[in-house]
Amino acid sequence: MNIALRTGAVASAAALTLLLAACTPSNEDTKTTSSSAPAMTSEAPVVPALSGDLAGAGASSQESAMEAWTAGIQATNPDLNITYDPVGSGGGRTQFLDGGVAWAGSDSALSEEEYVLAVERCGADGAINLPVYISPIAVIFNIDGIDSISLDAATIAGIFDGKITKWNDAAIAGQNGGVALPDLAITIVHRGDESGTTKNFTDYLNKASNGAWPYDASGEWANALGESGQGTSGLVQIVTDTQGAIGYADFSKAGALGKVSIKVGEAFVAPSAEGAATALATATPAGKNGDNDLAFKIDRTSTEAGAYPLLLLSYVIVCQKYDDAAVAANVTGFLSYVASADGQAASAAAAGSAPLPADLSAKVEAILAQIAAA
Amino acid sequence: MTISTAPAPNAVPLTARRESIADKTFTGISVFSASLILLILAAVAAFLLTEAWPAITDSSGELAAKVEWLNPENGETLISTIGYLVFGTILVSTLALLIATPLSIGIALFISHFAPRRLAAGLGYLIDLLAAIPSVVYGLWGSIVLLPVLKPFYAWLGTYFGWFPLFAPDPVTGEVSATGRVALSAAIVLAIMIIPIITAISREVFLQTPKLHEEAALAMGATRWEMIRMAVLPFGRSGVVGATMLGLGRALGETMAVYMIISGGLTYSLGVIQSGKHNTIAAYIATQFPEANSSGVSALIAMGLALFIITLVVNMLARWIVSRRSEFSGAN
Repeated sequence: MNIALRTGAVASAAALTLLLAACTPSNEDTKTTSSSAPAMTSEAPVVPALSGDLAGAGASSQESAMEAWTAGIQATNPDLNITYDPVGSGGGRTQFLDGGVAWAGSDSALSEEEYVLAVERCGADGAINLPVYISPIAVIFNIDGIDSISLDAATIAGIFDGKITKWNDAAIAGQNGGVALPDLAITIVHRGDESGTTKNFTDYLNKASNGAWPYDASGEWANALGESGQGTSGLVQIVTDTQGAIGYADFSKAGALGKVSIKVGEAFVAPSAEGAATALATATPAGKNGDNDLAFKIDRTSTEAGAYPLLLLSYVIVCQKYDDAAVAANVTGFLSYVASADGQAASAAAAGSAPLPADLSAKVEAILAQIAAA
Repeated sequence: MTISTAPAPNAVPLTARRESIADKTFTGISVFSASLILLILAAVAAFLLTEAWPAITDSSGELAAKVEWLNPENGETLISTIGYLVFGTILVSTLALLIATPLSIGIALFISHFAPRRLAAGLGYLIDLLAAIPSVVYGLWGSIVLLPVLKPFYAWLGTYFGWFPLFAPDPVTGEVSATGRVALSAAIVLAIMIIPIITAISREVFLQTPKLHEEAALAMGATRWEMIRMAVLPFGRSGVVGATMLGLGRALGETMAVYMIISGGLTYSLGVIQSGKHNTIAAYIATQFPEANSSGVSALIAMGLALFIITLVVNMLARWIVSRRSEFSGAN
């Protein structure tokens, strides 16, 4: 009798668990990304479906976008097996130059030595950088009751270098007339790991703050001040948990935290995808490997109306010529989708990035077509 | 008349049977297992040495130029960074040990001598369950749940005990950490992680105390605490030392919990409630490894080698202490 009761209890508990598990919304995410696929198939040109294995590696900033892109391309090319290892920009470039992966995702363009190494890997034409991911970086803060603050680059540099230590400091209050700033200590939060977000943020501070930020742009945080978090999520968690904290993170991960509007020219601009795209329009080309190399030097001191120059521009690094025709077809096919309007829309939806401007998108697709034909 | 104790030359041995196949197989397997462990240890040491060799033999200038997280213009070298990290590792682990050891001995004594049998069994089971929790979970729990609880405690410590070097507030701002992501928090979480290890072994050692010693003490009129002080603790001393060394070994190598809790920094500061002052070797490797290039990886493995050597030294020290009282130790 006891055994029967116990067995019955266990069996009904198991059945109930399975029933409840079936009700979880875990499949909803994949539904939204695959629902973009029917729209894509109606517009995509008829090409033979790609197949095979394709491996890339690199920036973790592109990770969520890469998931959306992989799902998108596999909807029409189900035999194409794409893997992306988000080891970080440095690791990705190293793997690409060693020949381990077909393309690398990187938050910064190739360096001088890397261009030379790329000639060994890719042949005489070497490798090029193609922009595929634009993301604004928001300066986030946590003060009860305040959603937005206006600051210029020199003030932001002063805060992150420990020169301004209270929220109601005159330098901050002077730019925020109507806002009641509390008498609260500022807690700086930066990234503990090496990060493209840190590099772009410090590049902005270095270029735009008129000397208030005395350190060079670097992926590692330069001074010994403040708290540090691991990864974007670690940093955002600390800012969320601490009153009076200020940090910097990808705009898509900023959530409901307060965001700083930075001074561009005479106006203050809030972070937005459109602002990042406007700022990119003022960037100077900085590719060193011919016309196809679309590396950019972002103008952090741009005064263009509505531009938000605190952005992260992430590239894919590809060879100008691949020895293996199948690899060339796969890489160029996938990255053409990534740079296309549909791919950019998918990553905007999934990762909150700014879509590439149409002319840049067309340029990238044209270059990829050249590589496929080479 | 002498009594000869030497056996007669042609005497039949006491065991009539020779070694059987089973004996030989068992001996073989045991020797193989022991050799395998030695081989693995040697292989790990060889791997560490080989991979770290480029970093160790590089002159400071060349290596620092290739590695992102070394700034030669600030005078940083690999050795100086390892120095800060060794200091941080030992500081955090020692604090964890200071917190965990009295608690563990107390729990072990309670289980072995004070608790009723059924409670003792249940409590022992619960403590062992603590050891089964993954360190990632400890890190998450520590950073999300424990830190908000510790923040006001640190503020109180900084206000009333700020004169003590360990609890000094930041000399520049005059405040303790606003987030609680400090060495002391990491030490507290580490202490919770090593309590099960120390408790389990101490409990076994205390249970091994000869009943005659205990009863003799009680017969002489000792109270229960005096009996424990006279009979149990001296007997179990080297076993407890061995247990704490095992706990220390775990604390030295613990990565994820420290990685998630601490705001790292590289200083020789003793202020354990200030942020951005300390980091441990394991957490630093976990932080820098993802973005490291090959020179960086080599430098990080050199740090791993330093940690390996420290752990070896600590364990050898533990064995030596245990062996001094080997006739009483349960470990021998």
